[in-house]
Amino acid sequence: MTDAKDERRPAGELEAAVMAALWAAGVPLSAGHVQVELGSGLARTTVTTILTRLHEKGVVSRERQGRGYAYFPVQDAPGLTARRMHTELDRDTDRETVLARFVAQLNPGDEQLLRRLLEQEGDE
Amino acid sequence: MTALLLVPLVLPFLAPALARRTLDRLAPATALWILTASALVLAGACVAALGTLVLTGLLKLPALAPLGELVHPLRTPSDYFVLPAAVAATGVLTLSALTLARSAFRQARAFRTARTQADRRPAAGDLCVVDSPHPDAYALPGRPHRIVVTTAMLRSLGPAEREALFAHERAHNRAGHHYFLAAAELAAHCHPALRAVRDTIRLAAERAADETAATAVGDRRLIATAIARAALAGHASPSTRPDFAPAATTGPVPQRVAALLAPSPARSRARRPTALLLMACTALSLAAGTAGVVDFHHQVEIAQGEESP
Repeated sequence: MTDAKDERRPAGELEAAVMAALWAAGVPLSAGHVQVELGSGLARTTVTTILTRLHEKGVVSRERQGRGYAYFPVQDAPGLTARRMHTELDRDTDRETVLARFVAQLNPGDEQLLRRLLEQEGDE
Repeated sequence: MTALLLVPLVLPFLAPALARRTLDRLAPATALWILTASALVLAGACVAALGTLVLTGLLKLPALAPLGELVHPLRTPSDYFVLPAAVAATGVLTLSALTLARSAFRQARAFRTARTQADRRPAAGDLCVVDSPHPDAYALPGRPHRIVVTTAMLRSLGPAEREALFAHERAHNRAGHHYFLAAAELAAHCHPALRAVRDTIRLAAERAADETAATAVGDRRLIATAIARAALAGHASPSTRPDFAPAATTGPVPQRVAALLAPSPARSRARRPTALLLMACTALSLAAGTAGVVDFHHQVEIAQGEESP
């Protein structure tokens, strides 16, 4: 991935990537750490801009860390409503109708097959 | 000629095997269109045939014949065949309508809840994160489209794999795959054999999204490892979802991974005709159903004294 390609991505996709990195980390991250965690060609200033925008929207909070800020996702009442929505969807066993889920339930034997495929990937 | 009405009831049993073949031989996005259109036509022909059987039975009843303005008795095969067939068709149609209505109601309610909650939440792009220990991710269509991902799923993937996952879900949303899945569900309620076709349509939608995502991130292997890792992460944790009956065949996830890892198959023109067998089967079903309904209409007009036999 080149700088040019990542800088050209829509702002929404960049925000999603940064937000995902913050959630995955589980601890507050500085702009520099987010940049490293993303592992893409994004400029530090771009990451800072996105984090500031997310903060203004109230999706992330920040705390002082050294000379800059460390950012973390907001977990509040909206978080709870999102959880409720998830429970509601989970109740429906055949919600795949309108919602295409990333991975379906595995059949017996699928697990071994997948592990073998991943191992083959590691060998090459 | 009532026998023609049995063709649309029997032909769907061929559809599951032909649908698999179509998906194997054609590009997933093309296969998705063909499969969904075929399933809808097969389902429509089946419902039309059942409806005609019901009407035939009703018009054979002496009490109802005057309501249809019949002056002569309706000419049909033996009553020993027509009446039980009409009763069975009534039962099947009623059952289908009930299960379809129930499913539609539930789906609509769950979907509305999801949308309301997602809209209420401040958005980070199109991403909606749910704090949950169960790895899960899905596309939530609507305005605007959303991707719903749990924290457990985000943590089980690396940064590049997360991008692969997002690209896959965005592909679902951009291509409007929820319309195809809803159509597949509708068809599945019309004929039991079309349930297997619905599963193939679901797989086709996933495969199409996988291919689009692979093009977007420029790496087929990355999509494959992301899917495998996500599936294994979901499998390791105890799920709150009920386990479905184990199937004897390989599940959809390894098929998708294998398809992404395999070198792009050269789709030779020689293999195409077999892929089109499903369309032939669908056309036959449609033709037989139409002929059956037209013949029924003709017989009714004769019985009404408007046409001579």
